[in-house]
Order: sequence, then C-alpha cells, then structure tokens
Amino acid sequence: MDDIDRRIINTFQGGFPIAERPFAAAARTLGLDEAELIARVKALSEAGTISRFGPMWHAEKMGGGLTLTAMKVPEDRFDEVAAIVNSFPEVAHNYAREHALNMWFVVATERPERIREVLDEIEARTGLAVHDMPKIEEFFVGLRFEA
Amino acid sequence: MELSDRDLALVSAIGDGLPLVERPYLAIGEAVGMSEIEVIARIQAMKEAGIIRRFGIIVRHHELGFRANAMSVWDIPDDKVSEIGRRLGDSPEVTLCYRRPRRLPDWPYNLFCMVHGRDRPGVEQAIKDLIQRHGLDGHGHAVLFSTRRFKQTGARYGRRKAAE
Repeated sequence: MDDIDRRIINTFQGGFPIAERPFAAAARTLGLDEAELIARVKALSEAGTISRFGPMWHAEKMGGGLTLTAMKVPEDRFDEVAAIVNSFPEVAHNYAREHALNMWFVVATERPERIREVLDEIEARTGLAVHDMPKIEEFFVGLRFEA
Repeated sequence: MELSDRDLALVSAIGDGLPLVERPYLAIGEAVGMSEIEVIARIQAMKEAGIIRRFGIIVRHHELGFRANAMSVWDIPDDKVSEIGRRLGDSPEVTLCYRRPRRLPDWPYNLFCMVHGRDRPGVEQAIKDLIQRHGLDGHGHAVLFSTRRFKQTGARYGRRKAAE
C-alpha cells in the first residue's frame, strides 16, 4: 500500500460520487485517471483491505432490527458455541473479549421481531443465556479509519 | 421514506458493494431491471433519507493495521449519561459510542465506546486520556479488548424481499 492507496482509502470512506461515471469523477479529485483508480480499488479489495465499496445502512431507518448481545461461554465450549452463533446469517460480527461475558456479537435482522427469535434460537441451541443490549441512545457512529 | 419492493431489490444488489467497473450503477441496474438513472436517483434518495448513513469505501480495519480494539464501558448515573456520552462521542479517539441497558448482576455498565488503534498500548493510552479529560475517574469502568474475531460480514438487507 502506497501513499496513493492511503489517499484513496482516506478520501472515499467519507463518500463516493453517485453519478454515471463515479470512478472518473472520484479519480479527478485525486489527480488519477479512471482506469488507475478502478485498478487500485480492485487490488485493495483483493488484498482484503477494503471490504466493499457501497452503503453503510442505518438499521432502524431500514425498518430492521439491530442489537449487541453478550454471552458467558465456558472456555472449553467456546469454539462449539461460536460455530452455532456464526451459523446465523443475522449475526453480522462476533468477537471474543476479555471479560466474564466473553462473546460479543451484533445481530441485524430485516424485521425487528426477528431479533428475539434469533436470540431464543441461540439460547435453545447452546443452553446459555444471551444478554440483549440494544442501543438506547446513539452518540457517535463515525467508524472511520485513517490509512 | 418507505422502501418499495423495487428499492429492496436494489438494497440487496448493492449490499455487497458496487461492481468495480466504469459504470457500476448501470451494471447494478441491469441486474435488477432498472435504468442507470433510476438506480442513481434511488440511491441518492436513500442517502438523503438517512437510510444509507454513508456511501463509500468500507475498510477492514484489522487489515488496515488497526489490530487492537477495545470496548470501553462505564457505569454512569442515568441523569448524566447523555451529556457524558455526547462528550465522549465528540472525542477523536472514539469510533462508536452508544448508551445501552445494564444487565445486572452480570453487567453494570450503560455507556459503550469503541476505541480502535494500531496496538494495545496505544488503545490503553487513548482510554486513559479519555478518562482524564472527561473526569470519569469515579465511575465504574471496564475495558474489554477483543482477543479473536470470528465473523465480520456487516449487516445484509433486502434478501427477504428479493427472494420472494
């Protein structure tokens, strides 16, 4: 990754043209040409640095459900429980964390009522409690990273 | 803004990101039976309505070198949590900040901030700075570093309608 790649990442995390030739318009702001920008974005995607070039959704405005949940998983069952949790397409990400509540995952569903169903199914299949911690108030959701 | 079935088909088609071609909105339109102009107009409308928070590059922060991430949580009295949450949310070290419910007795914390950094000492220092700057010393606090990431796909929408 060189300086141009870093500028691409830093510039277009904030936004990307929604127009007929978006890469051409975007390339001009960086002094590149369209083909070079497309090639570099492809390379960054293939390297796994970029997850995708597209939308970050607002779950509630989409009409969907979203929550953060935590479980207290015995160490010797960790992989087995992780496999069950991750098998749900509604589980968007899942992290092991250092705490008695040691598994933390986000559940995103197209219908709000599906959240409870997913958590009930996970509880039934693992025999473990799932703590549901939906947001009450949102203060910041920037989530941008300087390359 | 109420999403139509056509919108949901579009939502599903762009969920994995734009195709990396000269006219990506034309390619998306061909996949869902819309003109390029309609695709552009509908994505713009969803952005203006706030359904799309942001439209651009979504990075894999770990691959970008942000190897350490901590969920930094506090137990703040309910009548103060909004004000402190707003201040923490405005801090450059914080990438996400929410108020969530306590789950007693296992979980006494109601304010959640994510702090990402290149390494663990950097994240620890950033959290110390936050505590000092915002006078959070007297409040119950925990820092949960992540030790393994099992899954990071992002939320997917529009599949249910698209599949019908």
